[in-house]
Amino acid sequence: MLAAQVYFEELAKYFITVCMALYTYECFAVFRFREEKRRNGIYVRQNILMFLIHVTCYFYIFLETGEVGQLFFAAFQQIILYAAIVLFGMLYPRGNRLILNNMCLLLGIGFVILTRISYDKAIRQFIIATGSLIIFLLLPYLIRKLRFLKSLTWVYALAGIAALTAVLILGQDVNGSKLSFTVAGVTFQPSEAVKILFVFFVASALYHSASFFQVFTTAVVAAVHVMILVVSRDLGSALIFFVVYVLMVYLATGNGLYVLAGAAGGSGAAVLAYQVFRHVQVRILAWQDPWSVIDSSGYQITQSLFAISNGGLFGLGLYKGNPLSIPFVEADFIFSAVAEELGIFFAVCLILICLSCFTMFMNIASGLKEKFYRLIAFGLGITYIFQIFLTIGGGTKFIPLTGVTLPLISYGGSSVLTTMIMFSVIEGLYIIRQDEEARKQLRKKRYLKRIKKISVPEPDISPEPATD
Amino acid sequence: MTMEKTPHKSKKPADHRIKKSNRQITSVTWAFVLLMLGMTGYICYYSFANKQEMTNNVYNGMQNILMAQNTRGAILARDGEVLAETQTADDGQEVRIYPYGNLFSHVVGFDTKGRSGIEASANYYLIQSNALLSQKAENAAAGRKNPGDSVTTTLQVDIQDVASHALGVYKGAIIVTVPATGEILAMVSKPDFSPSEIPLIWDDLIEDEDSSVLLNRATQGLYPPGSTFKIITSLEYLRQNDLDVSGYRFNCPGYYVSGEERINCYHGSAHGQVDFNVSFAKSCNSSFANIGLSLEREGFAGSLGQLLFNQELPLAMNYNQSRLSLTEDMPEAAMMQVTIGQGKTQITPAHLNMITCAVANNGVLMVPYVVDSVKDINGNVIKQFEPEAYGELMSEEEAQILGQLMENVVESGTATRLRDSSYTAAGKTGSAEFGTVKGESHAWFTGYAPADDPQICVTIIIEGAGAGGDYAVPIAKRIFDAYLN
Repeated sequence: MLAAQVYFEELAKYFITVCMALYTYECFAVFRFREEKRRNGIYVRQNILMFLIHVTCYFYIFLETGEVGQLFFAAFQQIILYAAIVLFGMLYPRGNRLILNNMCLLLGIGFVILTRISYDKAIRQFIIATGSLIIFLLLPYLIRKLRFLKSLTWVYALAGIAALTAVLILGQDVNGSKLSFTVAGVTFQPSEAVKILFVFFVASALYHSASFFQVFTTAVVAAVHVMILVVSRDLGSALIFFVVYVLMVYLATGNGLYVLAGAAGGSGAAVLAYQVFRHVQVRILAWQDPWSVIDSSGYQITQSLFAISNGGLFGLGLYKGNPLSIPFVEADFIFSAVAEELGIFFAVCLILICLSCFTMFMNIASGLKEKFYRLIAFGLGITYIFQIFLTIGGGTKFIPLTGVTLPLISYGGSSVLTTMIMFSVIEGLYIIRQDEEARKQLRKKRYLKRIKKISVPEPDISPEPATD
Repeated sequence: MTMEKTPHKSKKPADHRIKKSNRQITSVTWAFVLLMLGMTGYICYYSFANKQEMTNNVYNGMQNILMAQNTRGAILARDGEVLAETQTADDGQEVRIYPYGNLFSHVVGFDTKGRSGIEASANYYLIQSNALLSQKAENAAAGRKNPGDSVTTTLQVDIQDVASHALGVYKGAIIVTVPATGEILAMVSKPDFSPSEIPLIWDDLIEDEDSSVLLNRATQGLYPPGSTFKIITSLEYLRQNDLDVSGYRFNCPGYYVSGEERINCYHGSAHGQVDFNVSFAKSCNSSFANIGLSLEREGFAGSLGQLLFNQELPLAMNYNQSRLSLTEDMPEAAMMQVTIGQGKTQITPAHLNMITCAVANNGVLMVPYVVDSVKDINGNVIKQFEPEAYGELMSEEEAQILGQLMENVVESGTATRLRDSSYTAAGKTGSAEFGTVKGESHAWFTGYAPADDPQICVTIIIEGAGAGGDYAVPIAKRIFDAYLN
């Protein structure tokens, strides 16, 4: 190893952290401005910081492994990600670029850490992400056009239940859980995609009427979803469906009692599950005192805690830690791998960036006039943040481990595709809202002009050009 | 973070509904933001608060990574003498050298076949390297490991040497501390071993179940305290008599009988008419049995808890808890045994040393420590450990009275072999009977000097030697002399 490499690697650690911190700052600086136009400078700065983080990480990787191929891989990633950013800007000038930037940054970080863990998996993830990006670019257009989406209530429900049942019957058993099945060499995990169908189902069922009867019928359907997932032992997804349902009902009805009822019912179900299922008891024990079962059921979680603690503030540096000692690190424990090699500071920034995405989702939800769309943006936002809470909280002993992925960063095609569809749907909704607002502004201006014409007989202002 | 609001105010009911449901969105958003921030705080706190413990965990691969990067740091005595260091041969082979051989075996410990002593407790620091970046770069270019950080201890080689030689071939332990700071100056346990020979003798030591060579008797050895326990009985008697013992009188015929139980004075000597002071100085068992039976037990049990019996000690190394059973309904016979430090009571020398230090330090116990500082290869201090008060074991007044009693032990009691010194010492002897054979006893001494300005506190146990005054006190004198002259 060259002396220069030692200097570079040490400096790179701090440089990456500083870039990440600045990027995170910009994520929240966005909220100071209401109009997307005035946020332009922030977005450009973010794009530069993303580039710097990504390039520095891959140069670091190249120095450690000496594989030139990885530099080309990084270049391909840059091309695809920036192509997506530019194309999206051209296709949807009224799109939200914070969501777009965050998505690309998180994908980039995912590629970096996956390359470090397994080059093959990183490449596979990259191919899937590239395909998903095409869908991401097309979907906002479709969302606007397909006005009948709100009438497909029972189609969503049946499709969702059918997909989950299919996994339960056909799925392969991995560590006692049935999560996925394989067709022609490609593994699908349908519970990921069903999350979106489920949000659409609840939104379409409750947008026109949130009567008790309506809530009750959707509750039955929601319960069927959750039950199938519990039987498949996919407890993390079951919990996500449950929380999303309860909170969407809260928004649709405006009645806080539903949240209380949900919390009571959920606690009851959790206690029951603890009594009935052996694997739930094992998980709870491994959460309460993983150190007492460090060589068995507590192994994963303790290795994860070691990783985070080993990293310290600025991380050990890529390839300097020991992330592969955590079983399933690339899916359920990717956060710990990030914390170990890139530092807890970086990892905290990562959480904050996810939070800024979530805040923007909720912001968009509150700006939408149509209740169906509001419910969808809200439901998808909850799905996103609650999944992050489950995976990071589970991997850090904050809550019991449930085994879900960290969206956009963890390895897993279904997860990446689903998350990008979610982001894309929200972009579509944001554009609908921007269009609404632009129309409203236009009406307002015309109205004011008419008044002025009547009261002040002055030469009028030139005709209104449509805002971009 | 501010929520974007619909820009145009309108009185239409639809808009009103939206605004109302925006409140729900806002509250749910805040709930999740706070939940996530709480979790983030928890993650940071947990990983930093438990960092040392987690690094030292054998399941953590981090140790191996660090050991592959850095040469293990040295352990140094107070004045810089090397107690342990790693030398690297030209072929990269590393050897851990212990220049003083057996002298520091238990306190410094070993680093093969697991770890013990300071090698274990300071492992976290020894495997790190805080060398300069330029040095690390240079080492990387040359394919060398980085020099690990060194640990400077509070141990003093000459005191350790005197203590070890004084104990000679006897089994036993000596611990020497500074009462005002808690610094451990010396810690000897015999039989000892050579840390560098651990790989050779390990199998024999493990096979021989009776072997207690690896046991650090100073912190792990449990012994009946014998008459040294009278310090504690006296403290309780003071507490229950408003610190006034001037009225106490007892006529000692050489034994004390209560029911079927008979307590004898050492070698059956009759002390005659004694007051409290003489009872303590001459270590009169009969008188203390009499005192013990007068004590109110619930208060006594509370004081014992305060003095850390049956409890965790503030000691950052392997140790055993002292054991003592005192209950309301225990028979008088057992109660008499407790008050003279016999029966089922067991104490470690380190614990007795802490109590003695508290007497010497106006009642305040300083946490004993042996690691003073961590320094990088360039001598920069990475971490400095400061003296830390554990708390008050007894009041200043109580400590003063006990100190006076202990001074009289040297002046006219069982520790007169310390009398003709350039300093005034204070202490208490003990001859703790053990086993079934009558007359066999461990020799104890615990005390400090100078009495008016305590600088050094010594606790000595010699297994099976005989009377404390005859065997332990001379050793204390040699250690006091070495330190104070």
